[in-house]
Amino acid sequence: MLAERRAAATHTDSALREPAWLRWTLIALVVLAMLGLIVLPLAVVMVEALAQGFLGYLKAIGDAETLAAIKLTLLVAAIAVPLNALFGIAAAWSITKYEFWGKRVLLALIDLPFAVSPVVAGLVFVLLFGAHGWFGPWLAERDVQVIFATPGIVLATVFITFPFVARELIPLMQAQGRDEEEAAVSLGANGWTLFWRVTLPNIRWALLYGVLLCNARAMGEFGAVSVVSGHIRGLTNTLPLQVEILHNEFNFAAAFAVASLLTLLALLTLVLKLWLEARHGDALGARAHRH
Amino acid sequence: MAVVLPQSANEPAPRWRDPLPGFGLTLGWTLTWLGLIVLLPLAALVIRAADLGWEGWAAILTSTRVQRALWLSFSSALLAACIATLIGGLMAWVLVRYQFPGRRLLDAMVDLPFALPTAVAGIALTALYSGNGWLGQHLEPLGITVAQTPIGIVLALVFIGLPFAVRTVQPLLETATRELEEAAATLGASRWTIIRRVVLPPLLPAMLTGFSLAFARGVGEYGSVIFIAGNIPFVSEIAPLLIVIKLEEYDYAGATGVATLMLLLSFIMLLLISLLQKRLSYAR
Repeated sequence: MLAERRAAATHTDSALREPAWLRWTLIALVVLAMLGLIVLPLAVVMVEALAQGFLGYLKAIGDAETLAAIKLTLLVAAIAVPLNALFGIAAAWSITKYEFWGKRVLLALIDLPFAVSPVVAGLVFVLLFGAHGWFGPWLAERDVQVIFATPGIVLATVFITFPFVARELIPLMQAQGRDEEEAAVSLGANGWTLFWRVTLPNIRWALLYGVLLCNARAMGEFGAVSVVSGHIRGLTNTLPLQVEILHNEFNFAAAFAVASLLTLLALLTLVLKLWLEARHGDALGARAHRH
Repeated sequence: MAVVLPQSANEPAPRWRDPLPGFGLTLGWTLTWLGLIVLLPLAALVIRAADLGWEGWAAILTSTRVQRALWLSFSSALLAACIATLIGGLMAWVLVRYQFPGRRLLDAMVDLPFALPTAVAGIALTALYSGNGWLGQHLEPLGITVAQTPIGIVLALVFIGLPFAVRTVQPLLETATRELEEAAATLGASRWTIIRRVVLPPLLPAMLTGFSLAFARGVGEYGSVIFIAGNIPFVSEIAPLLIVIKLEEYDYAGATGVATLMLLLSFIMLLLISLLQKRLSYAR
């Protein structure tokens, strides 16, 4: 009787966990995959960046073209990210606070840029504003350059990062409902007060989270920007494009030095993201962990 | 007797007014911005594609280089999404169920491919896996050439797709209660049966979501692939790169054609995946 029960208990135990050898094999496999795919690529960037010593590293980063690329990257992100943050707030407000026809289609359309290749995203703006594009001749007459200039880079970046903020805000505001806003209105708040005093405090961490992801992509975007930029040195090269040019010239140390800046940006983004998830996880909504 | 409501011709029925302000403003802004940034440009692509005419399309569709590039892009994205789903599922399982030193760090690093610019990923993977790279020099004697072959493309796409695969499955595993597993165990099921019949089925729709996200991202991926692929026409030239090459040659028609085909094919694939997903969730 006792032996029987013990046998049953052992069976339950072995049926609920994998044997130790299998557990450790699986852990080893996962660690190996992470090493080969993520840890070593990170290490390679840092080691190659310092291949010519710290002075060489500083020289590569202090190069005039690299500095121009840093400036352009910051400028493009400074325009594209706020625009998409504003769009994200407006989209989330209209979609989550009201009922209207065609909402599902609208949601699908907002996600559309994620299903489009970055290269195609660049191409569509060339077809619109390039020399042979729809508005090309009209723009040329007025001496406005969009493609192979900053406006084109901004447009392509806005397209690529279009859904980021909206996707963070929509599920959260859907879950929050509209009770608090209705209460505020019944107490006499106008639209502006309502937004600053009720809605924004409720969504600020999720907004920051979306802005963070949006910014990382905006500063790191390569394919779309590469198509519209024209690769004019010191003028239309963003940091990722500068990496490509240096790499294609076999100037590997400089390429990796510039790449290390972008890597630091990525690591900083990850740390901030983790901090937000740990510190303000509740305020981010259910989606947060999915990124 | 029916109650007759008082009606008057010049007094319209009282309309319910939403107390929350801003509907017109926010929806208007949303639609305008969506139209200007996303819909108008994509419409331009479709209209340009329609302008190509039968002959233009025939030239694009019969070009072996275009066929090869599309085939390479879609097959390597599919393969990479499969591999990413498998490794990612395993990773999610190990991260949620097992305790080991470094687990949290590993968990945090899964998101790196999201945050790391693709060009950086591209040159880093190239430096690592090319013939004289840290890992490549040990793989070459084994007869595995990663750089300048489709293997390199798949590798880069697995890198890009991995976080999608992990992060779609992980939350489900975290919230899943173990009661069902315990019930199955007391009924005498073996571990393997429990994994196969109890643990896995509810995860399948999420795994499929991760798969389709990884696939959608992989088909169009450019930055992380072009460095390691070597871009040899007919061998390791992906469709997005072919678009860039055609643009550089001022072949707008060709670029438009390839881009439209890519869009069309990936929408069909994503539609099929979502249909499969519906069937899976109904089947449960």
